[in-house]
Amino acid sequence: MRRVVITGLGMVSPLACGVDASWERLLAGRSGAGPIRGFDASDLACKIAMQVPRGDGSNATFDPDRWMEPKDQRKVDDYIIYAVAAATQALDDAGWHPRTEEERIRTGVLIGSGVGGLGGISETAVILHEKGPRRVSPFFISGRLINLPSGYVSIIHGLKGPNHAVATACSTGTHAIGDAARLIGLEDADVMVAGGAESAVNRIGIAGFAACRALSTAFNDRPKQASRPYDRDRDGFVMGDGAGCVILESYEGAKARGAKIYAEVVGYGMSGDAFHITAPESSGEGASRAMQAAVKRAGIAPQDIDYINAHGTSTPLGDEIELAAVQRLFGDKASERLSMSSTKSAIGHLLGAAGAVEAIFCTLAIRDQIVPPTLNLDHPSVATPIDLVPHKARKRQVAFALSNSFGFGGTNACLVLRAPD
Amino acid sequence: MSDVAERVKKIVIEHLGVDADKVTDDANFIEDLGADSLDTVELVMAFEEEFGVEIPDDAAESIVTVGDAIRFLDKATAS
Repeated sequence: MRRVVITGLGMVSPLACGVDASWERLLAGRSGAGPIRGFDASDLACKIAMQVPRGDGSNATFDPDRWMEPKDQRKVDDYIIYAVAAATQALDDAGWHPRTEEERIRTGVLIGSGVGGLGGISETAVILHEKGPRRVSPFFISGRLINLPSGYVSIIHGLKGPNHAVATACSTGTHAIGDAARLIGLEDADVMVAGGAESAVNRIGIAGFAACRALSTAFNDRPKQASRPYDRDRDGFVMGDGAGCVILESYEGAKARGAKIYAEVVGYGMSGDAFHITAPESSGEGASRAMQAAVKRAGIAPQDIDYINAHGTSTPLGDEIELAAVQRLFGDKASERLSMSSTKSAIGHLLGAAGAVEAIFCTLAIRDQIVPPTLNLDHPSVATPIDLVPHKARKRQVAFALSNSFGFGGTNACLVLRAPD
Repeated sequence: MSDVAERVKKIVIEHLGVDADKVTDDANFIEDLGADSLDTVELVMAFEEEFGVEIPDDAAESIVTVGDAIRFLDKATAS
């Protein structure tokens, strides 16, 4: 397979609109959490979330008008607007604006979403019930489908290559980047816009994830302390909205056009737990196989990994299972020189966008040789030789980074990124 | 401008994201104002909602310009 590199980054996160501002705030230890705004949360078990900061674009706020015509915004749920914003940023960052027909045909899009337009589906169901089918918008379907971020991005930017989407719950963003890299590796495309987008912070989304006991409910009065992966007091994840997109290119293509290369996608591994619809399998065997597959594909040993961006959602079960699986796979000696943090402590769990945003954080960790912190890790629930990067970002060597994502249904995906040569 | 005309034009401007001066009586939704077939379906729904009337599909098909919409709604709301 051809080598594949990352040449552009784009992001809308609960910390900021934009990669640089999100990264700076992440390294500064800031949290995107707050009381839920925009809808009534008074009767919900979880009253907090990590929502995208909206504004006029100043101070890295998200101004939807900058990314999509107001008349089109009305037709879609927010995850599509976030995806368009992240993809546009990434294309600009890569300096890739295909002009010839051949360039367009060789550029594809693969952006996924965990749940798609949950908010719009919920609102339209009420309209159908109260006003009847004649009041259902002709844009109801097209504004809620999982693959429509890919559709909108291809239409807006004229990208005529493979147009694909992934829906693997919380592993979506990682699968999207891994699969897109393979499409380039196998020469189906030369350039891919890949990532994930989510806007599930709405009444039905919070009610649903709270019903399956996945969300934090004990920190409604202290939102910034709620996401606390590996801490003994953690009680569930905090949901976040946003999108992340990367530009992937063949190594030769990127070199030939003189593009800046952030990192190389050297490993991608997948597995299934075959265990439970929502609970992680207790031995972490499935997660471990995905990590092993990614490391093997990269042609390295686990000991070569410097930094892991953990799945680490801050749920009582999942965090320790992942930690134990990593420790077993790496062994005691390698664990001692490994840093592993969960950036979900600062941005929350972006579900289908999580893997994409976290792969970008891994890319930046490689670029800047610094690892972002795990906030709120006051009292680790188990002892580990692994550096979990509590509270503060840490300067260190990062040649290889591993990004983990594990999703409902028992779907696991891991990426290994390497510093450019 | 009649009250109906004003309300129709406001809806058209908002839904199609076009400048007010383009929304003349003769303006064709698809040819002049950049609408596609789904936009016209949504426009008709917005007219129904705004004026509290039902526009049957065969009537909706004959509403292709801003003026068509104003005339139809003038009649529908007068009766």
